[in-house]
Amino acid sequence: MDTVAAHESAMHDAHAHDHHDHHHQETFISKYIFSMDHKMIARQFLITGIIWAIIGGLFSVIFRLQLGDPNATYPWLEDFLGHWAKGGKLNPEFYYALVTMHGTILVFFVLTAGLSGTFANFLIPLQIGARDMASPMLNMLSYWFFFLASVIMMSSLFVQTGPASGGWTIYPPLSALGEASSGSKIGMDLWLVSMSFFIVSSLLGGLNYITTVLNLRTKGMSMTRMPLTVWALFFTAVLGVLSFPVLLSGAILLLFDRNLGTSFYLSDIIVAGKVLPNEGGSAILFQHLFWFLGHPEVYIILLPAMGMSSEILSVNSRKPIFGYMAMVGSLFAITILAFLVWAHHMFVTGLNPFLGSVFVLLTLLIAVPSAIKVFNWLTTIWKGNIRFTPGMLFAIGFVSLFISGGLTGIFLGNSALDVHLHDTYFVIAHFHIVMGVASFFGMYAGVYHWFPKMFGRYLNNTLAYIHFWVTIIGAYLIFWPMHYEGLAGMPRRYYDFSNWESFKQFGELNQFISLVALIVFAVQILFVINFFYSIFKGRKVTTLNPWGANTLEWTTPIRPGHGNWPGELPEVHRWPYDYAKDGKEFIAQDVPVGADESKH
Amino acid sequence: MKDLYLVAITAMIFIVIFQIAKASEYVSVLKGEEKSRKQNNKINAFLMIAFLILGFIGAWYCNELYFGKTLFPQGSASVEGEKIDEMLYITTAVTGLVFIITQTLLFWFAYKYQEQDGKKAFYFPHNNKLELIWTTVPAIFLTVLVVFGLKFWFRITADAPKEAIVVEITGHQFAWDMRYPGVDNKLGKKNYKLYNKPSGNTLAVDFADPDSHDDLHTTEMHLPVGKPVKLVINAQDVIHDVGLSHFRLKMDAVPGIPTTMWFTPKYTTEEMKKRTGNPNFVYEISCDQMCGKGHFSMRGVIVVETEEQYNKWLSEQKPEYLTLHPEKDPSKAKENQATTDTTAKQQVVAQMIKP
Repeated sequence: MDTVAAHESAMHDAHAHDHHDHHHQETFISKYIFSMDHKMIARQFLITGIIWAIIGGLFSVIFRLQLGDPNATYPWLEDFLGHWAKGGKLNPEFYYALVTMHGTILVFFVLTAGLSGTFANFLIPLQIGARDMASPMLNMLSYWFFFLASVIMMSSLFVQTGPASGGWTIYPPLSALGEASSGSKIGMDLWLVSMSFFIVSSLLGGLNYITTVLNLRTKGMSMTRMPLTVWALFFTAVLGVLSFPVLLSGAILLLFDRNLGTSFYLSDIIVAGKVLPNEGGSAILFQHLFWFLGHPEVYIILLPAMGMSSEILSVNSRKPIFGYMAMVGSLFAITILAFLVWAHHMFVTGLNPFLGSVFVLLTLLIAVPSAIKVFNWLTTIWKGNIRFTPGMLFAIGFVSLFISGGLTGIFLGNSALDVHLHDTYFVIAHFHIVMGVASFFGMYAGVYHWFPKMFGRYLNNTLAYIHFWVTIIGAYLIFWPMHYEGLAGMPRRYYDFSNWESFKQFGELNQFISLVALIVFAVQILFVINFFYSIFKGRKVTTLNPWGANTLEWTTPIRPGHGNWPGELPEVHRWPYDYAKDGKEFIAQDVPVGADESKH
Repeated sequence: MKDLYLVAITAMIFIVIFQIAKASEYVSVLKGEEKSRKQNNKINAFLMIAFLILGFIGAWYCNELYFGKTLFPQGSASVEGEKIDEMLYITTAVTGLVFIITQTLLFWFAYKYQEQDGKKAFYFPHNNKLELIWTTVPAIFLTVLVVFGLKFWFRITADAPKEAIVVEITGHQFAWDMRYPGVDNKLGKKNYKLYNKPSGNTLAVDFADPDSHDDLHTTEMHLPVGKPVKLVINAQDVIHDVGLSHFRLKMDAVPGIPTTMWFTPKYTTEEMKKRTGNPNFVYEISCDQMCGKGHFSMRGVIVVETEEQYNKWLSEQKPEYLTLHPEKDPSKAKENQATTDTTAKQQVVAQMIKP
């Protein structure tokens, strides 16, 4: 304990020192590229994430063109994609590559690295009153491992045989055998290597976040006085640290099967007319390893969005978050349960029905903490005095989408229904709403809310309103009707439905969905323009605390330097949700408790 | 050229929207930022309630348009699937109710409690009674759903009835193959290493096992109506999935690990044509697990027919053993070589699927 304290105070001294003269020392490279300032690293994660989001989103638009009108040709596609779109028609193999990369990019590179990487880095030290992360060096490495993973994943898009194309879940044997699919040639190796580096990045980041939250809280900042954002980011890091290594092991075994002739996942295979010698492996083993990360991953994506929305809903309702301890408790319950439900992705793999029933029970149990969160959010805005800042709009949108997508999870988690709905568009609709769009909304809420702290400027409000309303309407128009396609059993990952008597009745609907997807994508580009324009030309922030919030980040200078607070670290005297208390609009966390103040 | 225009028009729209947004910022400075903020607040609050109402109308309209196109108005085509439909309706009722209540509260609160001058928010940090209620009520509802769900689940996954017809289905990139056990009702052993395309043994059957000698190899599945059928599911190369949306079932086909699934077809294909009003109706097997570039075209067909039709069809099939080893065929001597066995089989199949 002593050494930790000593280290901590040494670090604070070092930072305090740093703060006074860093303006002379910093070069462009140390400030913007190999920066160890958590705020700069957060911005690096965010901007890299945005670039990935544009690429991943664009891929979905291209494959939606194919689904919208399977007979149309787009000559310009051939200009961009060459032999992958001969005559302007997407090749099925490349269609599958796009689907795979869309999933990989958005799940891992955008909603894991882009979301946690940005906000855990930015908010944890600022909200707990620390000068930086516990290890700024590891933090920097975390970004650069992510960058390396990004470069490798990007390069896989340019190899002759194409990028990985077996779906983002890369189930072997499809992903293990180059003969089975051209995307399972070099593209798959690059995918696995890139993901390995990605996992290293995520682990470095996660360990750092956990250590920082546990050790570097400022005076008075007990765990129960931490903002819910920090709690959520903390649990996210715990989830990542405990589950990502399992995927790493799964990926390495797959690399062995692919390149060293092992049979972890392979047995009794005849591919392309050739009998393979592998015996004794199990293709299902990989699914267990994958989903042991894969399901917690859903919550790695969701929890930060939940935390940020809780904070933003409270600030803009000018009301304390309702049931703080229940909110923390439900985050904790979700974190535990997240590890115990992975096989609900595998009800139709031939899983033992009894084992399946255990997973049904545990899966539906997650609905209880989720319901608590929803009702607490509703009570938080009840009798508030709501200001519809762009951040608030997206936080409300998040709650709406979380309800819609969460409820369909009750269908899919019930194995009796899953045997009909598994791998249909119902699943697509469910997880896009609940973890895709909802998490994006949480992320947008966070960006709009903390942009003034990140860049010292505001985003343009009118563009933000357009962005919000078009996106929420568009998201529902895209994904709501997909439930009906799923009820009809329409399978996901199909390149063309027109030859199926059972599914071709949805041709017009698919066209409509593609059109809406195109519009929604265009509006996201509008956001990106707003984002980059406002970094340089946005309206300047002139007050320390533009939203009237209680948390510590608003006690720093408008554009805090490395070390965050120019003088002493602030001391915390209360929880972060004293809004509307004792007739005061808000009481910041660093305000001492008055003698006549009521207790909450 | 057309594309170029499109790009130009899109860029123009972007610039116009951007300029309007920029101008609105200047206008708000002129008008007073506080005043324009309050105006925006009112507009967004109104949009919240409008979104709620239009959203519900949209959801209803969507149901009008597409419910008829799902498989549910026709009902399940298998006896076991009826339970799944029932479960679906129960779940929809429960979640639908929660959906309507929570979404209404969310957007109505957002509208009702919009910022107003002189109003103070209500300090309400927690209330244990309320929290207890909304922990237990969802827990009770979920228990009900779990109980119903597991009851159906165990029924679906229970062992198939002893009298069930056994059909083996094998998936490979990108087609399905069926094997019927023949008169002895036993499927012959398989060994994947015996796969031999030139000799025609594409299912890797071990013909040393006498049980295999009367096994039938077909590319279309025929089933009698009203009889339980047990599918033994195999895959040769990658994971596939036997998706039977009309029967409400699916099961993965995993190389090296055979799986099973059973059901009882309720309606013949002909009956379904009438029920759906679609003269082209056909039971389709869709591959529901991503299996490579031809995944979307991995289609199989099931013909459900009366027992007589089914037996007639069975009797017309020739055991694969005899097709591959014509010298062992006792009937071969009588027959002339005018038609090969395979074309004969195809003709029969073609006749069967003709309405």
